[in-house]
Amino acid sequence: MNQPELDDLKKLLKDSLHPVGGDKLQRDLWPTMLRRLDQPAFHVPWWDWTLLAAATALLLFFPGMIPALLYHL
Amino acid sequence: MDLLERFAAGDLEAFESLFRQYQGEVYRWIMRIVRNSATAEDLTVETFWRMYRARAQFDPTKGTCGPWLRRIATNAALDHLRRSRREIPLPDDLPATVKQPPAEQLELRREILGALDKLSPPLRAVILLAFVEEESYKNIAQALGISENAVRVRVFRGVRVLRKSLSQAGVHA
Repeated sequence: MNQPELDDLKKLLKDSLHPVGGDKLQRDLWPTMLRRLDQPAFHVPWWDWTLLAAATALLLFFPGMIPALLYHL
Repeated sequence: MDLLERFAAGDLEAFESLFRQYQGEVYRWIMRIVRNSATAEDLTVETFWRMYRARAQFDPTKGTCGPWLRRIATNAALDHLRRSRREIPLPDDLPATVKQPPAEQLELRREILGALDKLSPPLRAVILLAFVEEESYKNIAQALGISENAVRVRVFRGVRVLRKSLSQAGVHA
């Protein structure tokens, strides 16, 4: 691709999507940052715990599944 | 002990000072990549969260945390683009500057956004930064942690994919 073609593409992009780099931040984000810092570092969603509990219960009640499960892992 | 040393040692007040000093700059950089103000705000907080977690790895003798922060911000923005690639197309909430009939202009912008959406996140980021925001290859290279030559290669590859997509859509650049 030569320079004029490159310039044409650049112009097409600039005409359609104006630069946003000069846009200013509208609010102070420090309060949001403080809330984020207060959150626990690692959060496991409740449905993951549910899934884990269900899988454990299944293996406890049907231990015969363990070899089959290991085979497929 | 200076501000950067105190930050590296885990001082929250020093972190707040750095946050207030750099939040605008980080926001504007992320905005250049994701082009959506709400997302850019979320990713600014995410960037500083990553910075705070990695404070022990920061070397305060460097004298500034600007380039490190920009690199973290770029990674956070690219992670966001990767996550949202199949879910959310590039936002189209910005006014165009061209004076064309609205329908034609909207159609052209839709085609261009569609073509940009087909680029992988690293290529899309490089094309937006280099062509729309007119960032220097040096700045882009520093932010991505790659060489200027690697940026040139990405621009070349991005342009090739972009031209092909636009040509298929009947737009000739």
